[in-house]
Amino acid sequence: MESKINYKKYLYSFVITAIIFGTAFYLSNYFDQKKIDDIRAIQDKISIDIMSSETQFSLLEESSCQDLSSQNDLTDELNTLEEKLTATENQRGANDPEVQTLKQYYSLLEIKDYILMNQISQKCKKTPLNIVYFYSTDNSCADCEKEGYVLTDLREQFPDLRVYSFDYNLDISAVQTLIKINKVENNLPAIYTDGKIYYGFQSVDDIMKAVPELQALANAKNATSTAATSTKKF
Amino acid sequence: MTGLAHIIIYIFLFISLYYEVFLLITYFEKRLLMQSETAHVRRGVKKYPTVTIMVPCWNEEKTVSATANSLLNLNYPKDKLKIMLIDDGSTDNTWQVLQKFKNKKQIEIYHKENGGKHTALNFGLSKITSDLVGCLDADSFVDKDALRNSVVYFEDKEIMAVTPSVKIWRPKNIIEMIQKVEYAWGIFVRKMLSYLGAMYVTPGPFSIFRREVFERFGGYRHAHQTEDMEMAMRLQANHCKMVNSHNSIVYTVAPDALRKLYKQRLRWTYGFIKNAIDYKYLFFKKDYGNLGVFVLPMASISIFSAIYILGAGIFNFGRSVFHEIVKINTVGLHWPVWNFDWFYINTELIAVVSAIAFLGTVTIIFVSRKMADGKIKLGMDLVWFFLIYAFIAPIWLSKAVYNSIFSVKTKWR
Repeated sequence: MESKINYKKYLYSFVITAIIFGTAFYLSNYFDQKKIDDIRAIQDKISIDIMSSETQFSLLEESSCQDLSSQNDLTDELNTLEEKLTATENQRGANDPEVQTLKQYYSLLEIKDYILMNQISQKCKKTPLNIVYFYSTDNSCADCEKEGYVLTDLREQFPDLRVYSFDYNLDISAVQTLIKINKVENNLPAIYTDGKIYYGFQSVDDIMKAVPELQALANAKNATSTAATSTKKF
Repeated sequence: MTGLAHIIIYIFLFISLYYEVFLLITYFEKRLLMQSETAHVRRGVKKYPTVTIMVPCWNEEKTVSATANSLLNLNYPKDKLKIMLIDDGSTDNTWQVLQKFKNKKQIEIYHKENGGKHTALNFGLSKITSDLVGCLDADSFVDKDALRNSVVYFEDKEIMAVTPSVKIWRPKNIIEMIQKVEYAWGIFVRKMLSYLGAMYVTPGPFSIFRREVFERFGGYRHAHQTEDMEMAMRLQANHCKMVNSHNSIVYTVAPDALRKLYKQRLRWTYGFIKNAIDYKYLFFKKDYGNLGVFVLPMASISIFSAIYILGAGIFNFGRSVFHEIVKINTVGLHWPVWNFDWFYINTELIAVVSAIAFLGTVTIIFVSRKMADGKIKLGMDLVWFFLIYAFIAPIWLSKAVYNSIFSVKTKWR
């Protein structure tokens, strides 16, 4: 039994604990940086994809719409990017400079995609299936969290639906121009689709009513699923 | 979470991790010594000292027979062992049950007016003449070699007290299984503290003392209903040497319901806080060795540390649950889409450090399991322990702190 105090052991323990803490700090920073790099890589890929589509669109000015490759892969990438960006914003805070830069880049990509989709739809005489959503990260938008859940849910239900979300207060001229053009007031959450603006919380049903194409898609989905389950065996 | 909240958690996590690292280093230092100790203890003693074991009872009609029988079954010379069963004014049939034993040569039974456990013990002390004195709670049973093993340590004339390893008796439900894990941890820590000369509890069940301890330093005190803690601190304050005999096994019946567990732990924590305050002059004094300089301050800080860290964890968990409920209210219940992306693993510094501190706890539990059971076994009790204990421990810890500050007396039962 020790009656003396072994100061060396106290020191060793401190050093080991400090090393563990230091390692944890290093690991945490390392993974944080990797995550930012991951987001940047996704953004670069999307940027290339959009440029590719734009170029394709220019080349095929006189061609038919079947030649234009499907844009649905881009929807998945945009959704993934948005989810990761939101996760990073929640972790690092909305005022983090990295987050701000990433959001600006992302908003620009969204606008480019929005313009491109509208052009394609016009040319191919289809109605563009998209929703433009304005939110804010300060405390003035109480329903923004719920609206986020609604839109995420709709994305999962309808893979062809593009939801373009913009932080109303983002300091970038393209977003502010978008707001001015569509005359969106500072009453958030705000949803712009098919030429009309809806202010305040919109539930899944509200949005299905506002975008009749979604309702049609939902009906088609229900028809095929009920057909499958109602086959009788003799 | 604000920056300040983060910093407080980092400090607490650092301290917790430091304590765990310190204990583990002590373990690796003393591993071989522990094995040679076990071998030495097995050899036994040449001359057996006389021992009296007191069993204070209050309304223990159901368990006291088993306790007394376990004492009668001790592997110890019958002429050197006396057993005193003391009924502290029970209101049930305890006294009638004790009559069964009055004709046994080794047993003396006594009845007195109710005054509390410490009065029953002091009553017994007044009648004892043996070399060694021990106490056994009426809801505990001894392993047959427990006394034989403990006695070996008294060969060292300087040792004044020897503590046992306490285990849970046949845990059945979840509450008892959680305590099984907890007690294994306790066995480990007690042994390590013993090596550091820093034990601050001489557990009620089967701690053995030299009789002269009571002559020199007085009998048991009320001590906020944790007289086993106070006695240890008093001995430490008087620079007495105490060791842990990890091969002396005592089984105790654990509270089998959440409410009973809560009450017991509340009493223990409150007792610790109050006794620590009574003995505050031990803190940070080199004179009192590792106990004063490190163990007592650490044990005190860990109460607040556990409250804060686990409280923050519960708060964050509650917040996630709240968000899930809002989500379900808004869009209904859907099957979760399982899309695993490493990206979403929480790699904030707090998460990484907490994970490491958690691993430290798991390591100690495995090590203590090996010590207590001889092997490392993975079981559901570990899962229950980590899941449930983290939620309920902060509750009695906080209540004990609250009671100490506002001087609310705790009840025994």
